[in-house]
Amino acid sequence: MNMVNVTIDGIKVQVPENSTVLEAARIAKVDIPTLCYLKDINEIGACRMCVVDVGARSLQAACVYPVSEGLNVKTNTKEIRDARRITLELILSSHDRNCLQCVRNKSCELQSLADNLNIREIRYMGTEEKKKPLDDFSASIVRDPNKCILCRRCVSMCKNVQTVAVIDTMERGYKTIVSPAFEKSLSEVACVNCGQCINVCPVGALSEKGEVAKVWEALANPDLHVIVQTAPAVRAAIGEEFGLPIGTRATKNMVASLKKLGFDKVFDTNTAADLTIMEEGTELIHRIQEGGKLPLITSCSPGWIKFCEHNFPELLDNLSTCKSPHQMFGAILKSYYADKMGIDPSKIFVVSVMPCTAKKFESERPEMNVNGLKDVDAVITTRELATMIKEAGINFNEVSDEHFDDPMGDATGAGVIFGATGGVMEAAIRTAYRLLEGEELEDVNICEARGLDGIKEFTVKLPNTGIELKAAVAHGLGNARKLMEKVRSGEADYHFIEVMACPGGCVNGGGQPIQPASVRNCIDLRAERAKAIYEEDEASVLRRSHENPTIQKLYAEFLGQPCGEKSHHLLHTHYVKRDLYPTED
Amino acid sequence: MSKCGCTCSDAKEKQLQEIIEKYKNTEGALIPVLHEAQEVYGYLPLSVQSKIAEGLNVPLAEVYGVVTFYTQFSLYPKGAYKIQVCLGTACYVKGAALVLNELQKELGIEVGKCTEDGKFSLDACRCIGACGLAPVIMINDDVYGRLKPEDVKGIIQKYKDMTE
Ligand code: SF4
Ligand code: SF4
Ligand code: FES
Repeated sequence: MNMVNVTIDGIKVQVPENSTVLEAARIAKVDIPTLCYLKDINEIGACRMCVVDVGARSLQAACVYPVSEGLNVKTNTKEIRDARRITLELILSSHDRNCLQCVRNKSCELQSLADNLNIREIRYMGTEEKKKPLDDFSASIVRDPNKCILCRRCVSMCKNVQTVAVIDTMERGYKTIVSPAFEKSLSEVACVNCGQCINVCPVGALSEKGEVAKVWEALANPDLHVIVQTAPAVRAAIGEEFGLPIGTRATKNMVASLKKLGFDKVFDTNTAADLTIMEEGTELIHRIQEGGKLPLITSCSPGWIKFCEHNFPELLDNLSTCKSPHQMFGAILKSYYADKMGIDPSKIFVVSVMPCTAKKFESERPEMNVNGLKDVDAVITTRELATMIKEAGINFNEVSDEHFDDPMGDATGAGVIFGATGGVMEAAIRTAYRLLEGEELEDVNICEARGLDGIKEFTVKLPNTGIELKAAVAHGLGNARKLMEKVRSGEADYHFIEVMACPGGCVNGGGQPIQPASVRNCIDLRAERAKAIYEEDEASVLRRSHENPTIQKLYAEFLGQPCGEKSHHLLHTHYVKRDLYPTED
Repeated sequence: MSKCGCTCSDAKEKQLQEIIEKYKNTEGALIPVLHEAQEVYGYLPLSVQSKIAEGLNVPLAEVYGVVTFYTQFSLYPKGAYKIQVCLGTACYVKGAALVLNELQKELGIEVGKCTEDGKFSLDACRCIGACGLAPVIMINDDVYGRLKPEDVKGIIQKYKDMTE
């Protein structure tokens, strides 16, 4: 790599020749304020907060200005400070500044910037435009354009990373707005509810559809038996909301807090992940042995499912018919568990705590029910659970040794790795190997499935049956699209594909704690949180789904066979073809 | 349904497909395609934009973003009488906004829209170079200058009478 010499505020540094001034400043340990910039995702120089003096006629945006040999940069002159202040005051002048009631109060990048730049008054009036309508028709995502500062991070995420591209910049001047085409609601377009746009929004313009009130209501109702289940990835991130380092595994503290919140039972969605593996593994084997539709594609990620329904309807028969783990769990709780405990299933209220916003939409799908009762009654995100814990005044960080409740409390390491890209594949192989080969896979660590390469492809050799199982894993919908195009054209001949809609998998889901650009620009959240997941797998006594005693008992006492009749009724589902674009004006 | 009562929509659709086909593999094709499509349809409704999005493999949200960015594109059909209100600096200073408000009231439509009967459409435009006559409006090719809000009613009535 060729290096060039640059000077930043008198500090001489050598930086790679293709750096921007912002990157060079980081090497020189000089802090430049930014707002629209998000490393690798949004590098478009839109907001002008990062202006610096590079000796040109006018101030330049450091986040896009390339360095050159001998460049001399000033980042802190009166002219620069004044320019930044004016820019920020103008942004604030048309921003809906009700910080106290905002979901992003204290986690807002605009708020911190205003504080850092010592803004104590706003000299501009703002526009007289009317309040723009709130879009809260989606089951998962709420858009408040009055808070939007037009940084376009969400547009880049939705368009370039996820290739969903349902939001963009519309109109011009004062009327500029980030929204779906034709002022549609997100609920009317091909939005897949992944929530990745929320995680990159610096302000409160995007958030999840809140369900905390519904959960408090249920907890206060003495007639209800309120059960909570937590997805694998929640424990790997919730600690961040309480000041713990990124990547802390906070399982015990989380369980303790849930008990203090008053849930009647605290269960682990990992248990249902083990159940999913039994069903999906069996489905895979049936399809291989009976010449069924291949590749089989995983169905745990509801963002991926909706993406497939809109963009690849011809591949719907390739999707596993398995419901996602938390839906399966809901169905089992309102049938087997209700029966076992002698509780009227209509009095059971199931709350899922998920790293995911798309699970909210999923739980509302009409197919997701058991004998007319919804499988899951409320879905809250990791962030929403943190809000409840704070609201209740529970000390999350207090040392505790709480465990998930019986009688559904067992889970294996295979269940927990569902939270990271490659995990469902790895868990499925651990069990499929056993089902096909009649013996256990010795080394359960399938490292080819792990890591952050966009698409991972590998083959597993099964010595006894002579099968060479071809597998592929994609995370992030842009990668999924590439992979599906290969499948559609017949270029690829995999047996089994895992897709997770969010980059890095559920650990980086749209419902996880939001980290500001200042953190995201330096730390790969996906990798750090995945470490916590693999740590829990390593620490588990049982690491294969079929070894889970709760699941073994469930089949023996109730379900009979995987993919049997009861399973078909309770644990499997179907999909619908959806239009890519709305058809009515 | 088209106002003329004929079934020309198939013919238009065929033309649209030809336009898309012509530009399909050209870079930066979106704006010329939108132009030609607007010539065919007179405006760019959802159905037309969706076909362009699909045909050029550009997301609909991006197409709509471009359509709403440039004032020459219209989302709504134009009326038999196209009213343009100049909002250039001179006209603005001389009270063009008041004239525009009066027009909206008189016609019962917002800027950019067309009356239900298809007679009048109302748009704001940039300076048309008649600053000496500010504030100015144009109705098709006729220019009206030095307007006061109270002149609006009479002018509109004149066009209403002409069609009856
Ligand atoms: S939820 Fe996902 S698909 Fe929907 S607008 Fe946001 S990023 Fe795009
Ligand atoms: S919604 Fe948020 S991320 Fe999107 S442009 Fe507005 S402020 Fe930026
Ligand atoms: S222009 Fe550089 S951070 Fe926005």
